[in-house]
Amino acid sequence: MTRRRGPGPDRAVTEPHEAQDVRVVLPLHLRDLAGVEGEVSVMVAGSVTQRSVLDALEARFPVLGGTIRDRATARRRPFLRFFACEEDLSDEPPDAELPEEVASGHEPFIVLGAIAGG
Amino acid sequence: MSGVRLLVGTRKGAFVFTSDGSRRDWSTEGPHFAGWEIYHLKGSRADPDRIYASQSSPWFGQVVQRSDDGGRSWRAVGNAFSYEGKAGSHQWFDGTPHPWEFARVWHFEPSADDPDAVYAGVQDAAIFCSTDGGGSWKELPGLRGSETGSRWQPGAGGMAVHTILLDPADRRRLFVAISAAGVFRSDDGGETWRPKNKGLHSDILAEPEAEVGHCVHRIAQHPARPATLFMQKHWDVMRSDDAGESWIEVSGDLPSDFGFPIALHAHEPDTVYVVPITSDSVHYPPEGRLRVYRSRCGGGEWEPLARGLPEAHCYVDVLRDAMDVDHLDPGGVYFGTTGGQLYGSADGGDHWRAIAEHLPAVLSVEVQDLP
Repeated sequence: MTRRRGPGPDRAVTEPHEAQDVRVVLPLHLRDLAGVEGEVSVMVAGSVTQRSVLDALEARFPVLGGTIRDRATARRRPFLRFFACEEDLSDEPPDAELPEEVASGHEPFIVLGAIAGG
Repeated sequence: MSGVRLLVGTRKGAFVFTSDGSRRDWSTEGPHFAGWEIYHLKGSRADPDRIYASQSSPWFGQVVQRSDDGGRSWRAVGNAFSYEGKAGSHQWFDGTPHPWEFARVWHFEPSADDPDAVYAGVQDAAIFCSTDGGGSWKELPGLRGSETGSRWQPGAGGMAVHTILLDPADRRRLFVAISAAGVFRSDDGGETWRPKNKGLHSDILAEPEAEVGHCVHRIAQHPARPATLFMQKHWDVMRSDDAGESWIEVSGDLPSDFGFPIALHAHEPDTVYVVPITSDSVHYPPEGRLRVYRSRCGGGEWEPLARGLPEAHCYVDVLRDAMDVDHLDPGGVYFGTTGGQLYGSADGGDHWRAIAEHLPAVLSVEVQDLP
């Protein structure tokens, strides 16, 4: 299944193959690993999906390879979740389009670590 | 030799302690990689400034860090550990087949003469090698794919290659130890492996003297006498004088022969150190007294070493990779605890001092002798 959400009221629909600047929020430990502070942005060509965003993220920050998606299976690591626009997108198919607000840069794609105590 | 550097991996970061030859005062650097589990750090003997660190997290998986300046700065290198060919299966806790899945690096063993060459022992049990300073990793599949691999089972801590010994007398000979499979030896540079567990007896097994299945916690080898190996098994302290072909028990008069680490004095091949733990169900020292035990005759007869260590109400554990020795004279011994204490002795264990007391749980301690 693919999901497509409508654009925000002041945004035009993004052309499907135009490179887009996508905002990504990373958890502290991955920001430290990548050597960045705050949000990062990545250029995504074509459809903006979990896979294309994470591919672009790993291309820009190779050190993040294997830390969000398991290297052997390419699946989301079990203690990480993906959010955007206040929705949990973790279990969406990796090639489903992300909300237009993410593709347009209005909202970030959020990688979140599961809460654990101790 | 001007000093000693201790590389300490903990549950929440890595620490580097440095002292001069007196080993009285220590400087502390860290935590490096704060918040991450650092299973192991180890420096190259060929270049002491080259250090490899295993950084891992249940959230973010495995990262390999490398330092080229003695631990002051680090950079992440390759973390792709892919099993060669079809991964196949080993046995799960209930005896059913379970696919081989990479979890983490437990142990690094750098080559004695090439800083860029390093072995990695991983969970699920396999050995990998890098020849480009950790940039890329290639499995030596003959270990996992050996005749008994499909029969191996994890222990409670997972199924990992936690010890790698590179024989100083024979560059083609390597030993590994796996919990809970046993000891394996290769005589052809890691291409093929054979189990070397004859003489081990484990009551927890359906066949107590089975070829594999023994929960070997640690093995140690002295460079001056490489055919002699010492082992701390789940229960039992063992010794082999024929490069693992056969083992005899040397637990002798230890108060408990359960424990995790085992280490050898740098200059005395018959001087062995262990840390007895109450039992497999009670992971703290007998009677709450933290004591290292030393044998000066290759096992069998042991003396408690307690001066400077907690004499009461001490309920910590000492993990398998958390004890090591230096090569100064007199030889030093060091170990870390799950309670976050790091102890050192500059006189072979006669007297101990706390080097640090409030670290996260210590997973590994490695000693580097500094030129």
